[in-house]
Amino acid sequence: MSGSNVLFDAPGPRTARRHRLYSVLATIATVGVIAYAVWKLADAGQFAGEKWEVFSTPRYLEVLLVDGLLNTVKMAAAAIVGAVVFGVVFGIGKLSEHAWIRWPCWLVVEFFRAVPVLLMMIFTWFALGIQNNDSSFRAVVIALMVYNGAVIAEILRAGVLAVPRGQAEAAYAIGLRKTAVMNLVLLPQAVKIMLPALISQCIVALKDTALGQYVLAPGLTAVSKQIYLEFDNRIPTMIVIAGLYIAVNLLLTALATWLQRRYVGERKQLEVSAVAAPAGTTV
Amino acid sequence: MNAIVENLDLFFRGFGYTVALFVISGLLSLLLGTLLAAMRVGPIAVLRLASSVYVTCVRNTPLVIVFAFFAFLAPVLGIHFKWLDVQVGDLNFTSFYGAAVVSLSLYTSAFVCEAMRSGVNAVPLGQAEAARAIGLPFGGVMREVVLPQAFRAALPPLASVQIALIKNTSVAAVFGVAEATQSMRDLLRDFGATERIGIFAMFALGYVVLVELVSLLSLRLERRWAVAR
Repeated sequence: MSGSNVLFDAPGPRTARRHRLYSVLATIATVGVIAYAVWKLADAGQFAGEKWEVFSTPRYLEVLLVDGLLNTVKMAAAAIVGAVVFGVVFGIGKLSEHAWIRWPCWLVVEFFRAVPVLLMMIFTWFALGIQNNDSSFRAVVIALMVYNGAVIAEILRAGVLAVPRGQAEAAYAIGLRKTAVMNLVLLPQAVKIMLPALISQCIVALKDTALGQYVLAPGLTAVSKQIYLEFDNRIPTMIVIAGLYIAVNLLLTALATWLQRRYVGERKQLEVSAVAAPAGTTV
Repeated sequence: MNAIVENLDLFFRGFGYTVALFVISGLLSLLLGTLLAAMRVGPIAVLRLASSVYVTCVRNTPLVIVFAFFAFLAPVLGIHFKWLDVQVGDLNFTSFYGAAVVSLSLYTSAFVCEAMRSGVNAVPLGQAEAARAIGLPFGGVMREVVLPQAFRAALPPLASVQIALIKNTSVAAVFGVAEATQSMRDLLRDFGATERIGIFAMFALGYVVLVELVSLLSLRLERRWAVAR
């Protein structure tokens, strides 16, 4: 059911009038809420120039973008690279036809998928030693790596299973062995199907770097703390940081959409359910 | 293991808060998300726009920042939860808890909206056309025909969203709710290196059990509600 006009008739004159009334009311309500928020914030002096000045000062912008955004992106990128390796190993392991490989891989993937990233992060942080300078950065990367790796393992499995069965059958028919079928025929096609879902996972990883503030990790949230402690502008800083996250994530979403159109076509983006299916069941 | 055995009350109190956060914000997010989805497919352009802007912004903001908005910005707007002070058994629900429930509900509702929308898209065209043909208005089409079927189709993604919510309740630890993740942090701080693996394993197991429960429930409902198409 695509195209929303399937759900309702083209409005007649009376309905059109009613809809106009609803539109006006909805506009008034929305604008009212926003205006109230802006008025209250302005009343509290949150729009005063000195609270926002820091964001147009080149030196602080550099701190925000280099120490903040770059560190955040670095953590996310390191985590995603690790997660892809983790995901490939365990995803292929889950597809193995040997039960003694399949079951342990299933267990590992299900465990890391079910444990909150923050819990994992705190444990890793303590395990690496909270006095260490480096440990919070590494704790964030490791926690994001195992969580996203587990999800990528599922994406990979779903991607391989989404390749038409005839492809594997044809490959076996021309005499290829298991490894060759996987490496030469299934994986190259699966990667294409997986790409948009992978980019979506990058968005998740990037968002979750913000959790790093609880383990004192560098990045946008840490820099924002320095800024608001110095300038007493907690709310403007928060708005700017949220804006930065939204901007980067929208760029990634656009990339995912483009990849979807370019490589996958009309098919729906691969979605991986968080509901645990027992090992050995094929989707 | 000693650390957990000695602190069983802390362990269960922590998970008590986690479950309380999950159940209340889960229900609220389902309600709000369904409403958002209806706005998003409805005939009023302003509401469509408002809903889609809301969903886009909230989905792309880290949950920590949504929490921070309610901790620091909402009080300026006069939204605070100081009136909340309820004692249920060992659990004490205060303003921190209220802010956490609202943050989690608002954040999760954006994802519920997307899941419901994909469910609405999965309902065959003929259903809505037939509903319109017998003269139902938009509200009737949605309430009587489309949403009941959309809800079934949306069940797997909805379960994923709710499972994500269980894990997201851990973020409340950053903002002063003494739920399971906070309890684990306290224990990790108090006990030495030898106890750490045990403490982590027990808390992780607690979350795994919660996730598997919701997962099983969803699989059962899915099987019961499955429709032959």
